[in-house]
Amino acid sequence: MKIAVCVKSVPDTEAKINIAPDQVGIDRANVRFVTSPYDEFAIEEALRLKEKLGGETTVFSLGGDEVTEVLRDTLARGVDSAVHIKDAEFDDADPLTTAKVLAAAIKDGGFDLVFCGQQGVGGDHNQVPSMLAELLDMPQSTLVVKLEVADGKFKAEREIEGAHELVEGSLPAVISAQKGLNEPRYPSIKGVMAARRKEISVKDAAALGLSGQLSPDKRKVKRIQLTMPPARPQGKMIDGEPEVQAKTLAKLLREEAKII
Amino acid sequence: MAQGILVFIEQRNGQIRKASLEALSEARRFCSKSGEPLVALLVGENIKDLSTSISRYKPDKVLVVDSAAFAKYSTEGYADALTAAVKNVDPRYVLAANTSMSKDLIPRVAARLDAPCVADVAELRESNGAWQAVHPMYSGKAWGIYEFNSPLAFLTLRPNVFPAAEPDEAHQALVEELAVTPAKVRASVVEVHAAAGAKIELSEARIIVSGGRGIKGPENWPVLQELCDALGAALGASRAVVDAGWIDHQYQVGQTGKTVSPQLYIAVGISGAIQHLAGMSSSKVIVAINSNPEAPIFKSATYGIVGDCFQILPKFTEECRKMLSEN
Ligand SMILES: Cc1cc2nc3c(=O)[nH]c(=O)nc-3n(C[C@H](O)[C@H](O)[C@H](O)COP(=O)(O)OP(=O)(O)OC[C@H]3O[C@@H](n4cnc5c(N)ncnc54)[C@H](O)[C@@H]3O)c2cc1C
Ligand SMILES: Nc1ncnc2c1ncn2[C@@H]1O[C@H](COP(=O)(O)O)[C@@H](O)[C@H]1O
Repeated sequence: MKIAVCVKSVPDTEAKINIAPDQVGIDRANVRFVTSPYDEFAIEEALRLKEKLGGETTVFSLGGDEVTEVLRDTLARGVDSAVHIKDAEFDDADPLTTAKVLAAAIKDGGFDLVFCGQQGVGGDHNQVPSMLAELLDMPQSTLVVKLEVADGKFKAEREIEGAHELVEGSLPAVISAQKGLNEPRYPSIKGVMAARRKEISVKDAAALGLSGQLSPDKRKVKRIQLTMPPARPQGKMIDGEPEVQAKTLAKLLREEAKII
Repeated sequence: MAQGILVFIEQRNGQIRKASLEALSEARRFCSKSGEPLVALLVGENIKDLSTSISRYKPDKVLVVDSAAFAKYSTEGYADALTAAVKNVDPRYVLAANTSMSKDLIPRVAARLDAPCVADVAELRESNGAWQAVHPMYSGKAWGIYEFNSPLAFLTLRPNVFPAAEPDEAHQALVEELAVTPAKVRASVVEVHAAAGAKIELSEARIIVSGGRGIKGPENWPVLQELCDALGAALGASRAVVDAGWIDHQYQVGQTGKTVSPQLYIAVGISGAIQHLAGMSSSKVIVAINSNPEAPIFKSATYGIVGDCFQILPKFTEECRKMLSEN
């Protein structure tokens, strides 16, 4: 079983977000970069499958230097090898561009499964896995909370509104992980030591045969601005005995907010 | 030249998603202004009758793809249907509600047609007759504003944010069938299990009552459920209580749970961590009930009550019941 895992390096969810002077990006100073939380489920599922069925795992990440640490962490958890895709041409890639780059890196690898997180936190796009499946011409299941793989087939349970859906399909396939799929492990000391000896292969646009094709001027969607969301109006505190508080709240919701 | 809007209408078991009608209403507003055509797409089996209720939201045309091949959802089958509709209509924009079906389907079709997509749009702005899409990022801590440079673009709209129009009983859209045979379906839905207990879908609820660690234990859910029943609200939860096993992940609101935008969000015994706010800060009115006056949730609250939720909630539920019965 050959398994690919796509991992994105993202600002720590606790990080305070400041907008950069260009008003389009975030100020990256003092921001700690971590593995996108959903990607941890993707990594864990890949490792469990490998432990069960044998084979090898490769992690792919597109990004700048902030990716290195995330790749080391992924290797330390037990993934066999890492590919870092890095090129200024791919800076600020939108989801379609990201999917094209990842597809170029993954397509000839003979992978049976490609794992992603359901969402790269920060960008919060929820798009790359489905796009990647299309570009790799593979079936897919997204938002997966339970997975079984056997005999060239997969059974996935995915979360939908008010229900779970059972999807059956054939391999190779793209799977995106939702919270609940598993409990990710932490890297062991031994794993961290072993990861130091593993090599991270770095690929640029030329190595992927994409020179000049996906540069920022060719993009079909562009972020023109990043702003702070409108501030919520100053709230009201309701004082008094519990009885009075309860009454006042009900009254405000009816007469002022006009909701009940 | 590409013109107008195609709206993908989501239905399951003959039930149309409310959020799809919100998207259709938003598209109607745009097309009425620009004078461009508006087409709604309905995919499934034995769903032709639904075109009547869609018609009331005033599309010019309802395209219906109706065959046994679409009885159950499959990404590839539905992608074939949507692709065929896009080729038939040649729109500038394809709209859908941001749901778990859309998250699966829309980016796949966008990639197939080499078109850009902005998902989870919370606001649409017009500039020179085109849309700019506002997409909340970094857990809602910032908003990205996007512009398209493409004859075709896909957008999925956050449920409960865009108002649905008043249905117009008199409007009669043209209804047209589109024959589609899926080319290659290598994965499809074989079964659907309804989640136990969930009565009202969180992401579409008008009112949500959510509980956090402050409710002390799972034995106290009935206190919140009574309020839900009184208000016709959906029940939600913080991650802390999901992780503690007090309730299923289905109910979790926040960064690793659901994003919701109800008219009213009542946070009971929830501290207001940034990851929780990520999922609910676009709610219209936020009520916080918390015993700690320093709890960060009060910074986001429209109405705040410092106090013990067990003293306040039953009385508040009683008040609401009284109010609603008197009308
Ligand atoms: C990557 C990541 C993702 C996350 N995703 C999510 C997510 O999706 N959703 C989410 O919710 N969290 C998420 N979290 C967790 C988040 O950081 C908080 O830990 C969590 O929201 C806290 O839940 P809580 O408010 O219920 O508990 P606590 O923080 O323990 O707060 C309990 C509150 O109850 C109050 N209280 C106690 N007794 C009473 C009483 N009798 N009456 C009234 N109030 C009382 C206390 O004052 C306190 O404010 C995530 C964290 C990380 C790192
Ligand atoms: N730059 C990237 N490098 C590697 N994988 C990525 C990248 N961006 C997104 N992905 C994958 O796609 C998933 C969904 O991301 P997104 O569509 O950006 O929300 C992530 O959880 C990753 O698995």
